[in-house]
Amino acid sequence: MNKEWPLWEVFVRAKNGLSHKHAGSVHAADARMALEAARDTYTRRMEGVSLWVVPSAAITASDPGEAEALFAPAQDKVYRHPTFYTIPDNVKNI
Amino acid sequence: MSSEENELFHHAVRLGDDALILAQRLSEWCGHAPMLEVDLALANIALDLFGQATYLLGVAGEIEGNGRDADALAFHRDVLDFRNCLLVEQPNGDFAQTIARQFLFSNWQDLLMREIAAAPDRRLAAIAAKAVKEISYHARYASEWVVRLGDGTEESRARMIAGLDWMWRFVDELFDPREGTPSLRGEWDRRIAATLAEAKLEYPKPRRAVLGGRAGHHSEHLGHLLTEMQFLPRAYPGAVW
Repeated sequence: MNKEWPLWEVFVRAKNGLSHKHAGSVHAADARMALEAARDTYTRRMEGVSLWVVPSAAITASDPGEAEALFAPAQDKVYRHPTFYTIPDNVKNI
Repeated sequence: MSSEENELFHHAVRLGDDALILAQRLSEWCGHAPMLEVDLALANIALDLFGQATYLLGVAGEIEGNGRDADALAFHRDVLDFRNCLLVEQPNGDFAQTIARQFLFSNWQDLLMREIAAAPDRRLAAIAAKAVKEISYHARYASEWVVRLGDGTEESRARMIAGLDWMWRFVDELFDPREGTPSLRGEWDRRIAATLAEAKLEYPKPRRAVLGGRAGHHSEHLGHLLTEMQFLPRAYPGAVW
């Protein structure tokens, strides 16, 4: 029997209006304990206003071996970057 | 000091000593807890309590007016001058024993600080209002562990029962009519009973109460704790980081 508690990925929202960002992971027996461990581990210095925890096992990752096929074709397509207009100063968080 | 100030001074010292001694106990877990996550959680609770102790003993020193600050009260009093309840000085034991102590104490401290937050003394009320947010998390954290351990495996259940059994003798002191808070007993009992029921644990049978902490009559455990806590500022007076 595996005696380690399952792993959970932790996402922290720094402030309202921003999206949750991956912060790290914690071990916990269930979701509630994972939230508490995440609170104690990743928001001790006022880093967040909201937390998500997701079982690490629920995450499907892309295969590093396929990185070329997946990501390289985007390299020469600069026109996909929205850099051809200026963002007004009063628009934040872009 | 007027008798009213004297009363308030002792009140602040009792509250400050409770927080200080429990914080020191909890920090003994630092680097030794069963999991990294638990290590951080216990250290966080300890830091909250050290913060409360700093404020409370600071106010006590101001009321006293003899130039003693929080550090002087924490590090330059001897064991007979400490006024913490016996519960907080009890040894950590295993994790379940530590959780039992936290569960009983934080649920009481939560009710007490809510009352103080609405009480006339503005200095203590301000400290209590901030502390309540911290303490309600401590109570929630400890209560959830009581349920997990009590309703967990055969071994965790046996350890939780043993932990509560160790600590239960020191509960009555919290509600002692002289220097305790008898009016909080009913609500405290309801909270404790609800969590124990969820944990499928029996409410402990009444034990012969051990009293004396509020009068400076402590168990042998407190002296050892103070030796460690007070060593540095006494050996190197005025030392700073």
